[in-house]
Amino acid sequence: MSIQVQNIRKQFGNFVALDDVSLDFPTGELVALLGPSGCGKTTLLRIIAGLEHADQGNVILEGQDASGTHVRDRQVGFVFQHYALFRHMSVFDNIAFGLRVKPRSKRPSEEIIRKKVTDLLKLVQLDWLADRFPAQLSGGQRQRIALARALAVEPRVLLLDEPFGALDAKVRKELRRWLRKLHDELHITSIFVTHDQEEALEVSDRVVLMNHGSVEQIGTPEEVWNAPKTPFVYSFLGSVNLFHGRAGQGELEVGEQRVNNPDDAIRPGAEVIAFARPHELDIDTNIQASHGILATISRIQAFGITAKVELEREDAQQIHHHEVEIPLDRLIALQLKGGQAVRLVPSRLKVFEQTKPVAADHYIAAGI
Amino acid sequence: MASLPRHQVLPGFRLTLGYTLLYLSLLVLIPLSTVFVKTASGGWEHFVAIATAPRVLASFRLSFGAALLAAAINAVFGLLLAWSLVRYRFPGRKIVDSLIDLPFALPTAVAGIALTAIYSPKGWVGSLAADHGIRIAFTPAGVLIALIFIGLPFIVRTVQPVLEDLEVELEEAATSLGAQRWQIFRMVIFPTLLPALLTGFALAFARAVGEYGSVIFIAGNIPMVSEIAPLMIITKLEQYDYTGATGIAAVMLIASFILLFIINSLQAWSARRIGRKI
Amino acid sequence: MSGATSLNAAQVASLSPARHYEDNPATRDRPWVKWSILGISLAFFAGFLLLPLATVFVEAFKKGWDVYLAAITEDDALASIKLTLIAAVIAVPLNLVFGVAAAWAIAKFEFRAKQFLITLIDLPFSVSPVVAGLVYVLLFGAQGLLGPWLDAHDLKIVFAVPGIVLATVFVTFPFVARELIPLMQAQGKEEEEAAIVLGANGWQTFWHVTLPNIKWGLIYGVVLCNARAMGEFGAVSVVSGHIRGITNTMPLQIEILYNEYQFAAAFAVASLLALLALVTLVLKTLIEWRAALNARDHQQESAS
Repeated sequence: MSIQVQNIRKQFGNFVALDDVSLDFPTGELVALLGPSGCGKTTLLRIIAGLEHADQGNVILEGQDASGTHVRDRQVGFVFQHYALFRHMSVFDNIAFGLRVKPRSKRPSEEIIRKKVTDLLKLVQLDWLADRFPAQLSGGQRQRIALARALAVEPRVLLLDEPFGALDAKVRKELRRWLRKLHDELHITSIFVTHDQEEALEVSDRVVLMNHGSVEQIGTPEEVWNAPKTPFVYSFLGSVNLFHGRAGQGELEVGEQRVNNPDDAIRPGAEVIAFARPHELDIDTNIQASHGILATISRIQAFGITAKVELEREDAQQIHHHEVEIPLDRLIALQLKGGQAVRLVPSRLKVFEQTKPVAADHYIAAGI
Repeated sequence: MASLPRHQVLPGFRLTLGYTLLYLSLLVLIPLSTVFVKTASGGWEHFVAIATAPRVLASFRLSFGAALLAAAINAVFGLLLAWSLVRYRFPGRKIVDSLIDLPFALPTAVAGIALTAIYSPKGWVGSLAADHGIRIAFTPAGVLIALIFIGLPFIVRTVQPVLEDLEVELEEAATSLGAQRWQIFRMVIFPTLLPALLTGFALAFARAVGEYGSVIFIAGNIPMVSEIAPLMIITKLEQYDYTGATGIAAVMLIASFILLFIINSLQAWSARRIGRKI
Repeated sequence: MSGATSLNAAQVASLSPARHYEDNPATRDRPWVKWSILGISLAFFAGFLLLPLATVFVEAFKKGWDVYLAAITEDDALASIKLTLIAAVIAVPLNLVFGVAAAWAIAKFEFRAKQFLITLIDLPFSVSPVVAGLVYVLLFGAQGLLGPWLDAHDLKIVFAVPGIVLATVFVTFPFVARELIPLMQAQGKEEEEAAIVLGANGWQTFWHVTLPNIKWGLIYGVVLCNARAMGEFGAVSVVSGHIRGITNTMPLQIEILYNEYQFAAAFAVASLLALLALVTLVLKTLIEWRAALNARDHQQESAS
């Protein structure tokens, strides 16, 4: 089933949780809502489910406006962040709950319920746990039971709030793969909320990046990773080096230094922010060179396939930290050592004109 | 765009809140307001005359004074009891722990006659005291004893949970920094317990000021000496002096409101200080 | 407020495996300190709590089993027992329904002045029982606001059973509510939301999801509420009129017997109430123990 949200706005007191958000979730896709905490992603998910009401805007399920439909009648499956399993019911009773509370005329017989619950337990590969209570399960098992419970009522869409948030790293990875596989089997339109970029990129068909109640970018994992559209997306996904500067003719001035600017759409004289991924920076040991940004090496990590070089740079009385990734043989060829002054030369640079002043620390907190 | 219908996800908000407000108003708020309506109808001067009559003043002095002293005594011994229950293992600890709540569970009239039997000149303790020329029952001392009885659990039950939640690491850290036991208690433990202790003190005081059942048997109810304020209300009622009874009740109600406000503030302070509600 | 005793996690901690304060050099008190504190506090406990309790039973059986039995099977005593039970049977369910409704509204929804409402619910605890009785006399008494109207319709509230019930409701008003409000607030509303998303209606959600979760807190509140309802003295004394065999509850019967110097009989009736108090404390301890087990399961749940 397709889901559309149109011009959704939601405010809690003075805090704008969602600011005119419009999105389209095509049938059968697994979409990730990704963003830092407080960006409004969980609120949006709860509005789609009907657990929260938007101040403005509509939720359209399968072409029909569902804004006035009670959550009970929306036929959505919702998996809560902390699972919300009923503590006093066995795993079996938890999964059967949605079937047993149906009006008598629509309620399946106990026999059918039994079969259905057993099938679902098999689907989530936990059929041996039917008689246990939630407290006796591990986190990962609870997660799968919560999912089975949501699926029991044959929802038209599946909504998952931070589905792996409460799990440890190893279980998280396993469940991630498992959820992707399950989705490929069931093809039910699914949306999940996460603040973990790796999770979003690895599992989903499409990623919606959100910040401060607005959508920053929508795209496949490859698109958002390779071609971030906004400074926020750039700094949020992966580690990144950030430079503040001013645009010149075909180049950028960063403090006293200059680098080439590949983006000729930027008008000269504009205040800009430029981003480069660690592997998009090279190191020039010739500090007399005309281009490149002066920095001092603070630490070298020479293990793995590539070497990591950490550098510091002082600009406007502030210390900026940078990270460069270069092949190990290049590191050896350059004979770098700690405390050495070098120039950073970007091989690729994404430049954004700064429309309003943005505190640098905001990006650092989000990205690096 | 038109705003959406604002229905709640969970049902029953209007019903339950409406019922709560109705029930609260009918049984508590409206009845209590009659005290002020009645007092106001008698006029300010009449009210002052009632509230400052020597016998009434003496009863206020006794009720508030004894309640204050009882709460203070309970603060000391209640703290020691809470400390014993949390920090030491001893046989019968669980039974002692359960029986701490006895004053909550034991009807006040039962406590009243039992205390009188113990402390009257013919009683176990009273006869011992009488040998030394001390009278306990039928004097203000008897009132004090009854108020200590009913107030004790308030202190123990507010201090005990905070003491249990106190992280052992705090004391370990203080010890590793070279502090002595007494210094640790004074500088680390006691400041943490203080909000709870004050809350317990205020709760015990509030309860004791209005206490009736456990006191009247042991007090002897001698005018100007051992007559408590709630008894004055009853005495006036029995003389069909409704205005008089109401005037005293108004003073006590205002005291209750002030105490409730103080207790709420203390609890809020406590919640901020130690991050939990008591 | 009066319920300084409530079903909370701290009492749970006291049941969980003993934390060894006495084995830890940083928390161990010197022996003389320990024995002094323990000695003083237990002596205080014995003198102020244990002694009165023991006295009730000793005095009750002072004149032998026959006198005791005669005292509690005497007509007026039986009538007072009956009236006490009637008052509790009406007051406790009323306050139970109120407590559940209030806790549902306060814990599951957001609205303004919520904290103020909670304070108002606690109000009866801080009002002197005598004042509580007085307000009903002022409302329904012969000279009260509604007195003439009641008189005209031949209805009697004060100095009759309805007044006793009203006074009992007043003094036990907050017990269930104040037990459930923090409990339900702590549990949040995720489980209820999950039930609603799965298609349950309001009643199904309450019955199958909420109620099992608050069961122990509810019973706890009811037990305490009942103890107070059966034992209330001051408030009931004001509205009762002390008519023997008709408007005397057990505590009032005790007072009358005591004032007539029938000490053994007074203590015999008192011993029944003391027994009730002990049963209350046993139940309370059992419930705390049960709730502690539940909470420990729950802690495991959040730990794993």
